[in-house]
Amino acid sequence: MAEPMKIRASMSGDTADVKCLMNHPMETGLRKDAKTGQMVPAHHITNVMATVNGKTVLDAQWGGGISKNPYLAFKVKGVKKGDAVVVSWTDNKGDKNSAEASIG
Amino acid sequence: MNLFRRNVLKGAGAAGAVSVAMAAGLLKPGTVFAAEWNKAVFDSRDLGSVMSAVGGAGAAAGDISVKAPDIAENGAVVPVEITSNIAGTESITLIGEKNTMPMLAQFDLSNGAQGYVSTRIKMGATSNVRAVVKAGGKMYTAAKEVKVTIGGCGG
Repeated sequence: MAEPMKIRASMSGDTADVKCLMNHPMETGLRKDAKTGQMVPAHHITNVMATVNGKTVLDAQWGGGISKNPYLAFKVKGVKKGDAVVVSWTDNKGDKNSAEASIG
Repeated sequence: MNLFRRNVLKGAGAAGAVSVAMAAGLLKPGTVFAAEWNKAVFDSRDLGSVMSAVGGAGAAAGDISVKAPDIAENGAVVPVEITSNIAGTESITLIGEKNTMPMLAQFDLSNGAQGYVSTRIKMGATSNVRAVVKAGGKMYTAAKEVKVTIGGCGG
């Protein structure tokens, strides 16, 4: 179920810019299927966590209000080139995925 | 951002197998997220109760910038960028004031993460995008109005 995700991390000055794209339908549970007229059940990412060298830098909770195929960018200070960034998510159905990049 | 997206789409096929393999190796079965998902707040359809749940509106602060388009043609994809220049920013919460479910996301920042997040949100109607920032135990807030031509929450 886990679709590939994309992550990039680059240094600018003393701060690392991390950009991440995830593949996820992000259904709110409020939308009707145009063909069947049935409500599409909620299916969205609930938790996103980012670590640098194993230390948590970002711990997010999301609702269905984040767009489909979510984009997330954040900045981390006090890291250096080559440090490992891992971004992982879980959704309300228990699916999960993660991606790793080294800061370049 | 669009260029980035193109590249991702192009690369998605080729990178797929590698990413999946990576994910399999990296994902420890017991990956525990520190914060449990706060179902009550995210499912709430009442802006007032969401605002009080996230710690109230707090003081309006000029040190928070909410960057979003003035007019969003497609409410399903509205890029927003929150920058908090308040020292010791601990968390950033995003709220879409007229969304059916106003609570969009909460980001807890630690270990050198800067007061900055950028993402894309859905908006049901023209309204404020509000950022609530927690710094040093105090709450601050800032908002920006986005005019939405086509809502992105229903359908």
